[in-house]
Amino acid sequence: MTTVELSRRVRIHALHMTSRGGSSHVGAAFSIADILAVLYGEVMRHKPAEPRWPERDRFILSKGHAGAAVYATLAEVGYFSTDDLKRHYQDGSIFSGHVSHKGVPGVELSTGSLGHGLGVGVGMAKALKLASRDPRVFVLLSDGECDEGTIWEAALFAQHHALDNLVAIVDYNKIQSLAPIAETLALEPFRQKWESFNWEVVEVDGHDHQALAATLKKLPAKAGRPTVVIAHTVKGKGVSFMENTVLWHYRTARGDEFDRALAELNS
Amino acid sequence: MRDRFIHTLCALAEADPRIMLITGDLGFAVLDDYRRRFPRQFINAGVAEQNMTLVATGMALEGHIVFTYSIANFPTLRCLEMIRNDAAYHGANVKVVSVGGGFSYGQLGISHHATEDLAIMRSLPDVACFSPTSLTEVTAATKAVVARPGTCFLRLDKDQGHDGAAAEAFEVGVPRRLRHGTDVAFFVTGGILSEVAKAADELAGSGITSSIYSVHTLKPFVPASVVDASRTHRAIVTVEEHTIHGGLGSLILETLADASAFPAKFLRIGLNGCFSSIVGSQGYLRTAYAMDASSIVQRSRALLGS
Repeated sequence: MTTVELSRRVRIHALHMTSRGGSSHVGAAFSIADILAVLYGEVMRHKPAEPRWPERDRFILSKGHAGAAVYATLAEVGYFSTDDLKRHYQDGSIFSGHVSHKGVPGVELSTGSLGHGLGVGVGMAKALKLASRDPRVFVLLSDGECDEGTIWEAALFAQHHALDNLVAIVDYNKIQSLAPIAETLALEPFRQKWESFNWEVVEVDGHDHQALAATLKKLPAKAGRPTVVIAHTVKGKGVSFMENTVLWHYRTARGDEFDRALAELNS
Repeated sequence: MRDRFIHTLCALAEADPRIMLITGDLGFAVLDDYRRRFPRQFINAGVAEQNMTLVATGMALEGHIVFTYSIANFPTLRCLEMIRNDAAYHGANVKVVSVGGGFSYGQLGISHHATEDLAIMRSLPDVACFSPTSLTEVTAATKAVVARPGTCFLRLDKDQGHDGAAAEAFEVGVPRRLRHGTDVAFFVTGGILSEVAKAADELAGSGITSSIYSVHTLKPFVPASVVDASRTHRAIVTVEEHTIHGGLGSLILETLADASAFPAKFLRIGLNGCFSSIVGSQGYLRTAYAMDASSIVQRSRALLGS
């Protein structure tokens, strides 16, 4: 399966999952579908049949609200059955709206409260480095999440400890919960913020699979420094009427909206 | 207690390279010996306690046994969500150490008074809570948190507490009986045991005999001693340098109620729902908030009506 096909399936699953459960965050899931597909399809060393394989690359979804996309990706690449996705958001399910590790093979860390994933990833990277081991740690952040002070605490720590086995990927769709980033808490100049924290910064189109693969395969961008990949993305990517809107952070596709969205993803 | 903890940790770190100590930029001079001997098992995370706890979780998930070290409320309340969501929920071997329980840093003001930490930490699932009452128990508790899988909280006091003569072994979750009497059963946590020991001596002088139970572990907690005490004593008194809401006093009350064991008399001694907004030495504040030895004597007598 190509990564493009994988990302298409992930979006279709995420649409079904959020609609079935009446849950939010389909826009956030669509925003990262391509990044996840390239990571799991082409970049990361991992074994779906052996989720705790010690030499696996670690992946943390710090923006836990887009968990539907991670569950869908893990199911599609073989960690568990795609039938399990039907339990997402349902009563008694372990597939919570925000990504959870309990009982779900392939999930390293439960998240949901923003600003936690990078620090934990930093700790993993530090431990792996101390042991001179190969696995890398990928942490996927949202842009709005960078409002959290702990992101910058972790950023300081990572550069001080020269964690070049750590990669932060920012899903920079420029829209947060209630309004665009620029109207909420402006992040720009964003690249310079990371540079001033002594991170190596790479910018990429977060929906261009070739560009993503080329970027993510060449890491670390610079020996001795952590890398941040600022992935320019479109919230709601893949369904025209969801793209670049604040509305689809929370809205659930139902009825005609669901049919139209599915038709676009299938086309 | 702090020095005993570091001393014990040095011995443990030497034997087990998985042990890691991360400080939130505190421990001037006292950590020198440890960091000199175990440079690969020491990190100063800077003044960033939340990240310290997150990094500790990440390292623990990769196989380390990680101590986070700071004072008063910084490693606990400041990092509460990290302890809950990251360390505890993932069963990570993160051992949260707070130096300076209660009024240990009494002169430094309300920010440094750790007077709700036991209540808050005790409420978290899968977090074992230790609050030793003597140096002997500091050693035992430090060993216990290393041996015990998962997330633990270790609260250390400036007051060394009181070792007493009793030689009951330290067993996680089981109060150690340090003194035997029949009138008052004191259940005590932390270094304030020193005040209770003095109070018990003074009460004995006027014919009131006391038992003292050291509650070095608030969670897990084995109820037998509490239930037994309610049947064999005229009164139960809890003493903690901490709010009486949610901490030791609440634990003992919950234990009694769950067992339908109701003592004739009951009293919680501690901070009664107020901020300790005046400052002073640990001893001064204990007196100011009626939990020093003579207050304990007076309040116990009043409770017994004698």
